[in-house]
Amino acid sequence: MTNRDYNALVLPDRVHSSLYRDPAIFEEEIERIFNRTWVWVAHESQIAKAGDFLTTYVGRQPVIVNRDRSGEIRVMVNRCRHRGATVCEARHGNAAGFVCPYHAWTYGQDGSLRGVPLPKGYKDFNKADYGLVQLRVESYAGMVFATFNPDIEALDSHLGRAKPWIDLFMKQGGGFPVKTMGEHRFTFPGNWKIQLENTTDAYHFPIVHKSFLTSLDDATEDLFSFMDAGGYVEDLGNGHSVMVMIPELVDLEDNLDADIPDRFAAIADDLRKTYPEDQVRRIVRATGGSGFNLNLFPNIACSMAFFRVLRPLAVDQTEIRHIAIGMDGGPDIANRARLRLHEHFQGPMGFGTTDDVEAWERVQRGSAGSAEPAWIMINRGEDKTAANTGDVTAETGMRAAYQMWKRMMSA
Amino acid sequence: MTGTITTITFDDAVRFVSMEADCLDHRDYALWLGLWTDDGMYAVPIDADAETFVDRLNYAYDDAAMRRMRVSRLTSGESMSARDASNTLRSLSRFRMLGDEPAADVAVRCAQHLVEYRRGTFRTYAANVTYRLQVVGGSIRMAEKVVRLINSTDALSGMSFLL
Repeated sequence: MTNRDYNALVLPDRVHSSLYRDPAIFEEEIERIFNRTWVWVAHESQIAKAGDFLTTYVGRQPVIVNRDRSGEIRVMVNRCRHRGATVCEARHGNAAGFVCPYHAWTYGQDGSLRGVPLPKGYKDFNKADYGLVQLRVESYAGMVFATFNPDIEALDSHLGRAKPWIDLFMKQGGGFPVKTMGEHRFTFPGNWKIQLENTTDAYHFPIVHKSFLTSLDDATEDLFSFMDAGGYVEDLGNGHSVMVMIPELVDLEDNLDADIPDRFAAIADDLRKTYPEDQVRRIVRATGGSGFNLNLFPNIACSMAFFRVLRPLAVDQTEIRHIAIGMDGGPDIANRARLRLHEHFQGPMGFGTTDDVEAWERVQRGSAGSAEPAWIMINRGEDKTAANTGDVTAETGMRAAYQMWKRMMSA
Repeated sequence: MTGTITTITFDDAVRFVSMEADCLDHRDYALWLGLWTDDGMYAVPIDADAETFVDRLNYAYDDAAMRRMRVSRLTSGESMSARDASNTLRSLSRFRMLGDEPAADVAVRCAQHLVEYRRGTFRTYAANVTYRLQVVGGSIRMAEKVVRLINSTDALSGMSFLL
């Protein structure tokens, strides 16, 4: 462990670019942040039935997230207790248990060790001592989090003031439960915090995403031109923040009497064949997604109409997943519209992501040298840090995240 | 394309898809947009086993309007990743007709080996590509092009080109 003075690297209005490039700092981040706090691992709809599982990571550790026979969601270290091989390489599926391919140690859905070949070769061997290592797991509104830290505060208080925003975000189910509908997965050559910042950065939108804005119809372009639309950024505590870009789309169950935008008129007409008018309006309003980005420290965001999940791979390598969400049991026509909107902006061929990636890569390249001063400025809207008003381009959310970062790295 | 045809042979199909590949490598997007039927679909699925794409998340699932927007984005100068776009070089091989030929509506599958070069880095994109080709007004047009990357479910990098 190094003894860096993180107070000197993270100031209230700026952070030092060594946070993007120093491998030793990265190692400490894995240890002090990703191995100690609540890390988002899944949405419950991804493991809806008993036996459903997916594999993912908490920090660098491969884990299995599954639902056991009793319906309990578990997160278990994906490592055989014998010689350390992963017991599951499938990205998702349904399984009665997990068998290590190396020596066939066999684990149940609950991670308990059920059997080993040739057991008489062991002396005083108690299978109960060799179950898959279990993480602590808690959920809020379908969002499943896990942690290696047995002493951390409850997820409920960790999320704190972010919870009402999660509730608002889930209203894009349009009266149906929210389900995941596939994901775009890509990597970029840069530090994970560059992406973390970007989710709460409205300032870049009209610049980096000009080609996306140009591709929209006029009314939608107006909607996404939110520099002066009354938006704001709020620090929600514990490194979480919300950036409201389109205030009229904060609560998707409000303003249901408002005119249906032209781009959704055909969908509304189709829905009227099946649904009463109030439900049509609710579904249509939910189809376009929410008007805000909720950044939850350290690895997940509820971003307008999708989940953004980041995974640090190395100090200068990050994996991003953009998980599409839709209405579980909802009308195909609305879910299709959501899928096409997701494809339009997100992913390695998306009109938005590809330019974001370019910007993030450039930040990493520009920050690779150590010439001083090497500060990353996060001082926009400094006078409005606490107030729930002001400027959508304020870098309040970044300041909130870095103060949490400093707290955890110094703890 | 000179002359008019009523059916598409194996040789016609290979010649056409080779020309389409050349269009994309040389960024002749205006010509490329004209190679499609009016309701043609360009798909780059995530699930390589999928046969239908409308109810799934794909990397791209473009109708004519979306293709036009994609081309505008690549050529307008507004997109900073496209301003410094990759060079690509693709080879098509292993052609096989899926169904009878010659016919006015054929499907052909081939292997595509695409090498991308950008800022000192080469990347390889290997894919099975399936084309549905139709005779429209005496010429060949694409009714569907599906690019199934062999690593489609892995994490990819941003693409400033068309597969």
